[in-house]
Amino acid sequence: MKLSRTQFGLSAVIAALGLSAFPAHAGKTLDAIKARGQVVCGVNTGLAGFSQADSSGNWSGLDVDVCKAVAAATLGDANKIKWVPLNAQQRFAALQSGEIDILSRNTTFSLTRDASLGLHVTGVTYYDGQGFMVTTKSKIRDAKQLKGQTVCVQSGTTTEKNLTDFSKANNLGIKPVVFEKVEAATGAYFSGRCVAYTTDASGLASVRNKEAKNPDEHVILPQLISKEPLGPMVRRGDDEWFAIAKWVIHGLLEAEEYGVTQANVDQMKSSTDPVVQRLLGTTEDTGKLLGLDKEWMARAIKAVGNYGEIFEKNVGPKSALKLPRGANNLWNKGGLMYAYPVR
Amino acid sequence: MAETIIFQSKPARPAPNRTEGLLPWIKLNLFGTWQSALSTVIIGALLVLYVPQFLNWAIFTSTTSTNADACRAAGVGACWGAVVEKYRLIIFGRYPFEEQWRPLVATLIMLTMLVVSCIRYFWSKWLVLGWTVTLAAYFILMYGSLFGYLDVFGLSKVTTDRWGGLPLTIMLSTLSIMLAFPLAVVVALGRRSHLPAIRSLCTVYVELIRGVPLISVLFMASFMFPLFMPQGVTIDTLLRVLVGITLFAAAYMAEVVRGGLQSLPKGQTEAAASIGLSYWQTQRKIILPQALATVIPGIMNNFISIFKDTSLVTIVSLYELTGSHGLAFNSDADWRPFKLEGYLFIVAIYFVFCFAMSRYSLWIEAQVNKSKLR
Amino acid sequence: MAVASRTPPKKRDWSWRSQAFRGLLYQILAVAVIGGAVWFLAHNTVENMRVRGIKSGFDFLFQPAGFDIGEPLFGYDSNNPYWKAFLVGVGNTLRVAIIGIILTTILGTLIGVGRFSRNGLVRGLCYAYVEFFRNIPVLLQLLMWYLLFTELLPDISEAKQVGSVFLSKGGLTYPAPVWVSGHAWMFAGLIAALVAVWFYRRWAHRQFEATGKQPGTFWGSVAVILLLTVGGWFIGGSPTEMRVPVKGEFAVEGGASFTPEFLAVLFGLTLYTAAFVAEVVRSGIASVPRGQSEAAQAIGLSRGQEMQKVLLPQALRVIIPPMTNQYLNLTKNSSLAVAIGYPDVVSISNTALNQTGRAVECIAIIMLVYLTTSLSTSFFMNWYNAKSAIKER
Repeated sequence: MKLSRTQFGLSAVIAALGLSAFPAHAGKTLDAIKARGQVVCGVNTGLAGFSQADSSGNWSGLDVDVCKAVAAATLGDANKIKWVPLNAQQRFAALQSGEIDILSRNTTFSLTRDASLGLHVTGVTYYDGQGFMVTTKSKIRDAKQLKGQTVCVQSGTTTEKNLTDFSKANNLGIKPVVFEKVEAATGAYFSGRCVAYTTDASGLASVRNKEAKNPDEHVILPQLISKEPLGPMVRRGDDEWFAIAKWVIHGLLEAEEYGVTQANVDQMKSSTDPVVQRLLGTTEDTGKLLGLDKEWMARAIKAVGNYGEIFEKNVGPKSALKLPRGANNLWNKGGLMYAYPVR
Repeated sequence: MAETIIFQSKPARPAPNRTEGLLPWIKLNLFGTWQSALSTVIIGALLVLYVPQFLNWAIFTSTTSTNADACRAAGVGACWGAVVEKYRLIIFGRYPFEEQWRPLVATLIMLTMLVVSCIRYFWSKWLVLGWTVTLAAYFILMYGSLFGYLDVFGLSKVTTDRWGGLPLTIMLSTLSIMLAFPLAVVVALGRRSHLPAIRSLCTVYVELIRGVPLISVLFMASFMFPLFMPQGVTIDTLLRVLVGITLFAAAYMAEVVRGGLQSLPKGQTEAAASIGLSYWQTQRKIILPQALATVIPGIMNNFISIFKDTSLVTIVSLYELTGSHGLAFNSDADWRPFKLEGYLFIVAIYFVFCFAMSRYSLWIEAQVNKSKLR
Repeated sequence: MAVASRTPPKKRDWSWRSQAFRGLLYQILAVAVIGGAVWFLAHNTVENMRVRGIKSGFDFLFQPAGFDIGEPLFGYDSNNPYWKAFLVGVGNTLRVAIIGIILTTILGTLIGVGRFSRNGLVRGLCYAYVEFFRNIPVLLQLLMWYLLFTELLPDISEAKQVGSVFLSKGGLTYPAPVWVSGHAWMFAGLIAALVAVWFYRRWAHRQFEATGKQPGTFWGSVAVILLLTVGGWFIGGSPTEMRVPVKGEFAVEGGASFTPEFLAVLFGLTLYTAAFVAEVVRSGIASVPRGQSEAAQAIGLSRGQEMQKVLLPQALRVIIPPMTNQYLNLTKNSSLAVAIGYPDVVSISNTALNQTGRAVECIAIIMLVYLTTSLSTSFFMNWYNAKSAIKER
């Protein structure tokens, strides 16, 4: 009996030691990704046009395509991705803790997020602004008419603060009704609890066109009350991985600027334009500098197309969302999208 | 002269009031006093006023058409078509549609095992083996393999983020209660230990957990837990939530078990000590068998409340029954107006489970107390 | 332990086999294991934060919050610091919890007593109520009430009007007095009246103990309260200005209101917890020996008097501990308000968490708030329990 008790004590100590001897992996993100053969990508739980899963679990959308491009560039296969759907509250913790490698979830960049959350912003994939949606029969056609009204909003976003700023600046006394989940917020708006629903204009278009019974019953007010640059984030402490994510985005933009598309990427490899040659890795090996191979960008474009194609397919005027290209056009076509040179 | 006494029959006494049968029951129970009669009239009037309206809505004018426009037609009551259309999404959540036989079979196996475990005849060591096999089968069916091994059945892999609906509700509550039980026994014994450090550790644990709402424990498991782990170690969200619910359930169950321990007379411990049994022998052979028998109804009640509490995991984005209801209705413009029918459907599911369990709890309580009635 | 039975250990025998030594060893082991685990987790957290440059600490509490809150209990502005936002959240939690506890006690007691009614219909309904409401998750009930309130009530622009009270999807809007200093006098009067009534009742009780005659105290108390309150109101200059809600162009403006979120949380929590309270009351009453009830009937008490003077006071002693648990459950369940957009402390904390990224700190605040509430409620109820326990002479 005595012996077994001693054994019991000893085994408790051993168990405690074993507990603290977890396989601590401190290697670089890229090595980890290659070892596991998958990029772990955090996406929205469901936002039409940006990230949405169909009934068989296939993800699609603008944010999703960015992840696919990164996976194609690093692993050579756009399908080697583990999707982690995250809500607004979970997203930063998931990235900080290393649960995901990249957060591509219509996330706004701001100073606080950059400086205090331990995150790096990689580049803008969608220039957005916060707007309001009201019902057609409410007769409100201007955001300033929302004086004293209730507005539904999802918590855990920059939206709440923008709404407060707007209400304060215009002395409107807007009453926010804050919901934990986006479905609850839109649900309350559709049931008539709130006069208006507010989020990024792209999100409004997504909700209006995909979730409203009749899109014509809802109006998106013309004013945008904030600037919302959206794009993927990675965590701090791994500059190499940060560079890869950053340059994949710029590569997609550069591809559009030089007319490289999903369809013609193979022909373009024989292009004589030195920029295209560099981009597709036929002359310079830009991939080597990033820890990838020569073909990295060619594969990414082959997998999802250039930025313009991604935009058109998911959110553009011909898609269900019908968003104009606007600020998201290339710099030389009147937009803000400006690719850093890939060289 | 003898007086002649003539016997005259007295009238028979009236028969006693009937106290059995329908009419006397009505008289006694519905119109016993004037207050009683008044309440009967008022309640009766309200019932007559509203029950037909409700029945009219729920049954007579309802429709089971799966055409959303038919539901919107004037004069149509409840639209059970919404449930017909969505029941697979509500019950199985985001689990791949063509693979949904797997959670069905897995859950049926688990439910069978639960029912078997409730029958006294089967209370033996074989139950442990039964559960081991059941859990293995459950995970192989649901996940496609067991921790990445035993991948021999050719089932496709379905990651835990796609599990949902009723299978998830049943799995979360069953597993967390099973895992919480040993922890609860240890903590309950610890709270009654004469060693001050162990006693205070256990007390702090129980009071801490019982003092905070489950949702904060879930937030911790869902948002903060990743930060607690060494870099590079990630743990599945479902597992994290399961751990959170288990720790929560264990604190409550420990109090139930402690109640059982306290109900035993001190003489039992003293008698055990006098025949030279060690602490663990005393607990294992004398105290726990008696105490645990008395706390089975209490544990059953714990199970019921955990079964209901699993609905909270929808707040941390796991799509169990309540969450999959939201999944089915919130973003579907055609069916969103018929959310209420969907709610009534899952209310019925929850009610059937909880009511059956509470009846069982009462029955087992009577069984347990039988031995005391000798 | 076979050893121990041969030679009973001395009290302070510090050998390897002594109970005292073993006890110490186990305790050290337990503390070491738990302490080690806590240290391991804390170390990881600190290390993770350091590596990723995540800021931590409670200093954010003193920075401006920058977000509005839908229904602040007291003056709050988005320029106020975070701690004040948290305070608003705590206030909202307590508001729904306290009102909920009062309502649930009344409803639960009525239903629990109703289980003993002589009327079969009342008995049956009370039974059905208990079984129905306690077997459905409270979150589901909250969601359903919220759905009913937001779907069935008329639109904000078509609010239903009864006098100056409006009912719509915007909630229940009612006239409220504009706060002026004169009201302070009224409250002072009310407090003075309550103190006076307390002394009066104590005197009456002593009188009863001494003479056996119970002086009627009810109407006297009512009169004192009314007199002093109205008197205070007159001294304060009889302020009558009200904020009366009016129908504006797009919505009902002015007045005070209960939002649908608040009402849904209150309804859901009250109806759910009342089912449990009813069970507590029922089992409490059932625990009073039958002889008490028979004795009460024998001396000719009515059913109401029997319940009020004989059964309930005795049942109370059994009822209080489980009732405390139900109150605590209600308070803790109020955290589910976050699912339907009521700005309770969890909701505010969530927002703060997302604005600042201080996950550990914000969740710690939630836990601390509930722990404090729980512990102080149990403290109060224990005190009350000790007070109402049988006083043995």
